[in-house]
Amino acid sequence: MVEWTDAERTAIIGLWGKLNIDEIGPQALSRCLIVYPWTQRYFSTFGNLSSPAAIMGNAKVAAHGRTVMGGLERAIKNMDNIKATYAALSVMHSEKLHVDPDNFKLLADCITVCAAMKFGPSGFNADIQEAWQKFLSVVVSALGRQYH
Amino acid sequence: MSLTAKDKAAVTALWAKVSGKADEIGHDALNRMLAVYPQTKTYFSHWKDLSPGSAPVKKHGKTVMGGVAEAVSKIDDLTSGLLNLSELHAFQLRVDPANFKILSHNILVVLAILFPTEFTPEAHVAMDKFLSALSLALAEKYR
Repeated sequence: MVEWTDAERTAIIGLWGKLNIDEIGPQALSRCLIVYPWTQRYFSTFGNLSSPAAIMGNAKVAAHGRTVMGGLERAIKNMDNIKATYAALSVMHSEKLHVDPDNFKLLADCITVCAAMKFGPSGFNADIQEAWQKFLSVVVSALGRQYH
Repeated sequence: MSLTAKDKAAVTALWAKVSGKADEIGHDALNRMLAVYPQTKTYFSHWKDLSPGSAPVKKHGKTVMGGVAEAVSKIDDLTSGLLNLSELHAFQLRVDPANFKILSHNILVVLAILFPTEFTPEAHVAMDKFLSALSLALAEKYR
């Protein structure tokens, strides 16, 4: 089981409380599709992804960004049990969506960059970054857990 | 994933905007690396003080960004341009190359924090590619 210090818990919940998931979801997913273009392979039904502008203006990308953040919310609400909470999601990403689990880390890094841009040097200091990245790495690990 | 002309132009343009704060960027990136990836501290056991703001961390941030600046100036041929630095890292420092990725990530995070307007997705992808290419050039002489 993951051990969270009080400081980490506070930092993670605090950061989450200040995030607007309707804002960061679309931002992070767009950035992921732009910075790591091979991730576009999973979104062939999303329409025009031909340029950064197209990606950032794509309504399906935005909607899916919000969906992803909704998934993250479940982890926030179940921080002591993320592995179990994500079991079905992990199976789905493996069996139905066939997503290479390496991609989870790429999206996590983009979420981190977007949070850094939003909160700046004091809102996203080294301690907060540590807690946040620890949280995301637990999420990433849980999502990849049911692959076989 | 080699650097296109567009990538090089984007990196050069971004560097022009951020190089004034190079020391600060290096310092903050190192602080974050040591805090978020504690295994990286193993390379600095010879420093008395690893806390944020300490003199050795500050000085080393400056050194690292000096290397980045050199890489920007030699962006058209990183492998030959960074040969000396590669030999240093391969034979003397022997830093596991996996750590180049870790430091690169933290440099990107600090750029995002200090330059939220300039660090557009386009600038981000170019910089990420550049730091990857830099890391590869740095690992050239390892084996």
